[in-house]
Amino acid sequence: MIVKEKHVLVVFPHPDDEAFGVSGTIATHLQMGTGVTYACLTLGEMGRNLGNPPFATRESLPLIRKKELQGAANAMGLTDLRMMGLRDKTVEFEDDEKMTAMIKKLIDEVNPSLVITFYPDYCVHPDHEATARAVVRAVGRMPEALRPKLHCVAFSNNTQAELGEPDVVHDVSAVRDLKLNTMRAHISQTAWMLEDLEKRLAEQDPEAVKWVTQERFYNYRWDQGYV
Amino acid sequence: MQPVNIEEVQTLIDRFAGKDVYIHLETTNGSYATHVDEAFFNAGCFIRNAKVRYELGKIIGDAPSRVGLKLELGWIYAQGITHFELDSNKRLLMAGHDHQGKLAVALQISETPFE
Repeated sequence: MIVKEKHVLVVFPHPDDEAFGVSGTIATHLQMGTGVTYACLTLGEMGRNLGNPPFATRESLPLIRKKELQGAANAMGLTDLRMMGLRDKTVEFEDDEKMTAMIKKLIDEVNPSLVITFYPDYCVHPDHEATARAVVRAVGRMPEALRPKLHCVAFSNNTQAELGEPDVVHDVSAVRDLKLNTMRAHISQTAWMLEDLEKRLAEQDPEAVKWVTQERFYNYRWDQGYV
Repeated sequence: MQPVNIEEVQTLIDRFAGKDVYIHLETTNGSYATHVDEAFFNAGCFIRNAKVRYELGKIIGDAPSRVGLKLELGWIYAQGITHFELDSNKRLLMAGHDHQGKLAVALQISETPFE
């Protein structure tokens, strides 16, 4: 059951970060008539999937991924897509206060009741971690009464041992096709994975079905965290 | 991109010799290498838009090939080059892609800065 929100702000660093674990939630909010803003910090310029034989170069990849990101937004029905102009792999080296201010400016503009990002320390990629820290800082510095809810995606190997089970689980079965189309939109990055996933879905593999139709989040634990 | 052809790549490398050029040099295992295999020691680096001038550059060996550029005071070196392209901006893009089609190394030479 997805709670009706006033507005949702989604912040991730790479085109496709939204596809696997959040696109069903985004599509559902949009179908409920809730505005969703997706801020994507980079264009995934340093992605490694270029094919052999290659279908792209280090220099043409960002243009491809930008188009794919726009296609993914279309697939979800999302119109407020912000490309924030940072560079893949360098997010953690930006000035921390500048990053926090960038997120705060977005929050002030779109006034979300819910923010979705990664869970700091449990999201593996340094760009994910830096994005998550900036979002947590921006939200955490707001007066407690004014803070939007903060739902975080965690997938590091120690997540379950340290954070336990996610406390927000969305069943997105109703928008499963939209979600698969969102993943397909990022085909330069997902082709290999989708081939396997679609085969398993066709066989009704319960693990694969669950992976696609359940989106799992943790409410950020302010008592344990970053400031 | 196309598979390395030593003569063609050598001709292109020669074209940039003795000029001020911008270099993109990169090696990577991807940011998830240690997530996928906790025993894996992940290392990588990149430098983008280093401005240099090389007097001599060579590509050597059947692909995956090695490329070395001799600078006034040092060297630029890349190993594992499998593909190349002279792109529409007249930049020489060289890269090494592994068996899964993932970029492992890139060495790119341009007379104008990379974006």
